Amino acid sequence: MAAFVVRRFIGMILVLVVVSFFVFLVFIVVPGGDPAIRIAGRTATDQNIANIRHDWGFDQPFYVQYYDMMKKAFTNNLYEQTHQGVSVVNQIKEGVPATFSLAVGAALIWLTFGVLVGVISAVTAGRASDRLITLFALIGISMPVFWLGILARYFLAEKNTWFPDGGYVPLTQNPAQWFYHLLLPWFVLAVLFIGFYGRVLRGNILDTINEDYVRTARAKGVAPRRVMVKHVLRNSLIPIVTLFGLDFAAVIGGGAILTETVFDLHGVGQYAAQSIANFDLPPIIGVTLFGAFFIVFFSAVVDFAYAILDPRIRPT
Amino acid sequence: MTEGALKRAPSAPRMATKPQQTAQETSASFSLDTAAVLAEEEHGVSIAGRSPWYLAWRRLRRNYVALASLAVFILIVVACALAPVYAHHVAKTGPNENHITENVNVAGQEKPVISQGGTFFDKKTNQLRVKAVTILSPTWWQADGKFALGADGNGRDVAVRLLYGGINSLKVGIGSALICTFFSIILALLAGYYRGTTDWIITRFFDLIWAFPVILLAIALGSALSINGINWGPIQVSSGSLWIPTLVISYVLIPYVGRPLRGQILSLREKEFVESSIAQGASPLRVMFAEILPNITSSVLVFFTLIIANNILTEAALSFLGAGVQPPNPSWGTLIAEGQQRITTAPWLTLVPGIAIVLTVLSLNIFGDGLRDALDPRAKVRIEH
Repeated sequence: MAAFVVRRFIGMILVLVVVSFFVFLVFIVVPGGDPAIRIAGRTATDQNIANIRHDWGFDQPFYVQYYDMMKKAFTNNLYEQTHQGVSVVNQIKEGVPATFSLAVGAALIWLTFGVLVGVISAVTAGRASDRLITLFALIGISMPVFWLGILARYFLAEKNTWFPDGGYVPLTQNPAQWFYHLLLPWFVLAVLFIGFYGRVLRGNILDTINEDYVRTARAKGVAPRRVMVKHVLRNSLIPIVTLFGLDFAAVIGGGAILTETVFDLHGVGQYAAQSIANFDLPPIIGVTLFGAFFIVFFSAVVDFAYAILDPRIRPT
Repeated sequence: MTEGALKRAPSAPRMATKPQQTAQETSASFSLDTAAVLAEEEHGVSIAGRSPWYLAWRRLRRNYVALASLAVFILIVVACALAPVYAHHVAKTGPNENHITENVNVAGQEKPVISQGGTFFDKKTNQLRVKAVTILSPTWWQADGKFALGADGNGRDVAVRLLYGGINSLKVGIGSALICTFFSIILALLAGYYRGTTDWIITRFFDLIWAFPVILLAIALGSALSINGINWGPIQVSSGSLWIPTLVISYVLIPYVGRPLRGQILSLREKEFVESSIAQGASPLRVMFAEILPNITSSVLVFFTLIIANNILTEAALSFLGAGVQPPNPSWGTLIAEGQQRITTAPWLTLVPGIAIVLTVLSLNIFGDGLRDALDPRAKVRIEH
């Protein structure tokens, strides 16, 4: 197991290096034209562009440029000079608590309801309740998250003031308000995943029910409920673990950009959205790298969890 | 072997006309031929001489919900695609024409498109009060087709903009699904056929894109490219072009289609019919496109349907954040973004394009599910359990 962890760790660092190089390629090299103009944004003066061209070393060969960019990203001054001392790393750090709160709460909700929905519709497969749940799950998947968020905020927080109208209150400042402010965003973000997980789990359960060992358990006279929980559900949940790891990582890494923007949560995603509105390239690169880190990290965690949950899989 | 299996021999006559009795006899006996058994369970007739496509169609034909969904989707596509032909005659306006100062006759009553705001003196309270600007709400059909879904803040007809926005949303959604599926198939075929180093490189490429949060990568790419377009030698794409969101979305989703397809092809590659084709001296291209491709077509079809749905949602998200379809062009995403600013006074501006998205995506998702059930006989077993 120790060897596995070490190997995954080294692999992770390699992937991140490649990912960062890829980000560099995509933003600086691939679009063609002058990258300094892109980094300076829409409202740049010629002087700004000239400064950026010099600071980022666009007259240098590409590997020097790449090295410079990474150095800037990690030494806290990716673009401090041009943006009044605001550094990308600090901005991301400030956004982490809100993003993390949103991700953890929503994840708890979507896991609980997703499993519930999946089990209920699988157990009653083909009946009216299954059809109804499947329809609702499909509607959940088919809704744009931001649209649902705008409507929820308008109808539940603005027209009827049952919920606070957006914003984020730190947990350390006021736990009750923290919870109250996040309740709506949690559910809005979770809706899509509930539908998705419910459907995946339903399919898995119905696949597992046909397995020989389930029939054996039934033949032995194990109680139906016990067969469902111990034999069927335990195996059906394994693919959910993979899904969950990746989705959770994506949400933490700024993937909740839409929910954060709609509810004004001041998280990493909203920072990315603001940067996009201002056409600020360095923060976009920074957040993209940040998100990639979590995905790579959590996919290693997922592999690890997999090995524990399913003894048939040996970590390699 | 059992009777049922023997009947499937190519020389056997068509069984559909045979009396049902024979089929019932065979279904009692044990058979490894699941397709034959399934067909017997379904209709009580043997499936001899039927192509898999016919069988799938027979299953789909009875799935009225899926067919109705397909009809809804086609209706939406046609309504949007033909908007330039008929919208002007019905609504008497174009997608970008302002009618701020005009009045509309709604059920015999003159109403301003945008009411005059400003201040007025309230004599009762002796105070200067502000009169809010109101925008014409949906007239449904009471104004002879004008402003059927209301006006927006610039006095434009929401219904017309919805249809024209639909053209762009559907263009991006369907276009990116086509491009994405095409490249995924090519990459998966190469990886699955050549295996070894080729497979390793392509898999790593999938992993690389997989390592980014989809929406974030799409938004980052979309915004980076829409500042001054793509200037890449002979390839010149201007910054407002629909090609940017289309290409970005198709690129970002390649691993989501390519990965499962590669897995299927890898296992097909081991099958005897592929071996025999190679032994007969078939070229790699022939094996890939004439032997393997027909066997993954059903998966590709299902993926294609579901990917269109997904891409329409992604386009809406990109446009909402300003990284997709650029402002002068309407799209369902940009319509929601515009509407959001006026949600308290004119909620229909947000509701209408959102409902259009939900209807389109939902119809595609339901049809995709039905298609999968029809194409994959195993799914039939699952539901009946």
